Amino acid sequence: MTISLKNIEKSFKTDTVLDGVSLSVDTGETLVLFGPSGAGKTVLLRLIAGVIEPEAGEIWVNGVNMDGVEPEDRGIGMAFQNFALFPHMDAFANIASPLTARRQSKSVMRQTVDQVAKLLKIDHVLHHKPKELSNGQKQRTALARALAAQPSILLLDDPLRNVDAKLRFEMRLELPRLLKDQNATVIYVTQDYKEAMALGHRIAVMSNHGIQQIGTPEDIYLRPANIEIARLFGDPVINLLSVRPERGANGVVVNLSDTPIEMAAGFEATIGTDCVLGLRPEALHFVPEGTPGAIPVEVETETPLNEKTVTLALTARKREIMVSRPAGSPGPSRGRAYLLVDAGQALLFDRESGARIAPSTHNGLQEDVA
Amino acid sequence: MLTTSPIERILRGLAITLVCLFFMFPIVWIFLMSFQTNETILRIPPSVVFAPTLDNYQALITGKLETAAGMLEINFMRNLGNSLFLSATSVAIGLLLGVPAAYAFARLKFKGSEDIAFTLLSFRFAPPLLVLLPLTIYFQQLGLANTYGGLIWVYQLIVLPLILWIVRGYFEDIPADIEYAYRIAGHDFWSTFRRIALPLAGPGIAAAGLLSFIFAWNNFVFALVLASADKQPVTVGALAFVTASGIQYGQVAAGIVLSIAPTFALALYAQRYLVEGLSLGAVKG
Repeated sequence: MTISLKNIEKSFKTDTVLDGVSLSVDTGETLVLFGPSGAGKTVLLRLIAGVIEPEAGEIWVNGVNMDGVEPEDRGIGMAFQNFALFPHMDAFANIASPLTARRQSKSVMRQTVDQVAKLLKIDHVLHHKPKELSNGQKQRTALARALAAQPSILLLDDPLRNVDAKLRFEMRLELPRLLKDQNATVIYVTQDYKEAMALGHRIAVMSNHGIQQIGTPEDIYLRPANIEIARLFGDPVINLLSVRPERGANGVVVNLSDTPIEMAAGFEATIGTDCVLGLRPEALHFVPEGTPGAIPVEVETETPLNEKTVTLALTARKREIMVSRPAGSPGPSRGRAYLLVDAGQALLFDRESGARIAPSTHNGLQEDVA
Repeated sequence: MLTTSPIERILRGLAITLVCLFFMFPIVWIFLMSFQTNETILRIPPSVVFAPTLDNYQALITGKLETAAGMLEINFMRNLGNSLFLSATSVAIGLLLGVPAAYAFARLKFKGSEDIAFTLLSFRFAPPLLVLLPLTIYFQQLGLANTYGGLIWVYQLIVLPLILWIVRGYFEDIPADIEYAYRIAGHDFWSTFRRIALPLAGPGIAAAGLLSFIFAWNNFVFALVLASADKQPVTVGALAFVTASGIQYGQVAAGIVLSIAPTFALALYAQRYLVEGLSLGAVKG
């Protein structure tokens, strides 16, 4: 039950949407396609589903080349972002539609639909037409329809986009279990980085007509391939400061407000080049005055965000820095304060290309940057 | 709730009455005329008070027209039957051909599709008289002149573009995702067309069918030139009332009442579909 894409190209008239996309998803794996709108995520799903054709490249599902295979013969379940329910059929008929196509008997159909409807808590609205359903119920009906025939491959196109925040939160918790029970190979499209990190075994970050990076959520968050990806993941967004690494007493240092910060080992090659220092807000900590290596800052504002508190501070050169700390922990709310950088979590990017500079390891090999 | 003053309501009612009177008067007058003899119709000043007579209808239904010059045979009922047969068959064939074509134009973007669709629409631009002369010659050579088949074929010039363009808009209004979802669920192209596209475009198809029926029913020129007495629809048949001894106003009126009755009834019955079908957003779920 694998999906494998090889050098997919797709354009609409003169607009290139996908330019040489390759990807593979293993059995039982959930791969999240993440990226800004217009990145080609939905187009990629539709290509796999077979409702549009690529200009070039190959799509293999379970070891079969899908070239010329009609969408109805691909054995795929798909949920659409706008639900795409059949407006003239009630929820039952909507959910049963993959079963009628497979010529299941009435009793099997009823049993299967009831089962999946109960699972998604829509068994009480099965006789309702789509327009009589709430958005959450529509979304569940669409999901139930995709699951009904127990397809080995599930394509979910941002199914939580059009539902309210509460339901989105609930479903974000429920979906992984549901997908695991199905034991299906899943491609899940989303624009929400939290959803991506919560649901994906691996995340493929898409932009500029292609896949920028594929990796585990941890990989993407801690080792983003470039500045763009670093900015997409994390709330508040990563702090990005222009620096020029120098040789220090114990290795490479970067200067922030004339305070040298010692970088982790392996950044010797960056000395004297223009770089961007990436500091996650949670990699910064407020410390008492006089702590060695602490950077003096002016606290501007403090914003409590449920589980964490975000502080906006200015460095001596008036550069903005966001700091987050667990809610309730002590911290300054105004005036002068001192920040200590967790150098182990600091990221360095090449200012020109935006690519992350991986520290060279002891045996001199470059870390794999996807 | 908007509150309206009594004066405003009265004025509004008056305005509506005036508009209704203006538009309905000819029809009401013709309806009244159909129950009068030529003498009472032509008296001056005209009056709405008269002794109603069913003579006109009787003459039409029996096909025997009494005139000052003597008895005249007319085929009005046959004409009515012709109209019904020609219009219904034309619309049926038009729908059979036009609906799948409209779907193709809406969904399958093939080379030259826009040009072909526009060419079909352009049939409606051409003045019928312009195409009639060559058409008549062809039809005579092909043996199609004065046949139902030939007339129905020509009527496609009227109904097909209309059906094609109205229904195409409806198919385009159906979100493609809905059809994709049905395909992915495992149904083939044809059952998606039958189970999804057709029902969702239903109101549009009904409206297009109804409109083209009315257009076909009202056609005059094609039938006038291409059909002889026994194949003529009512629009042409009504000419028979213009006799050597004068115009039979009573029978003309009765003929009009009988000939607009079917379309009128159809429009009233299908009014809901017409409004629903001709306004947008009918399929937005």
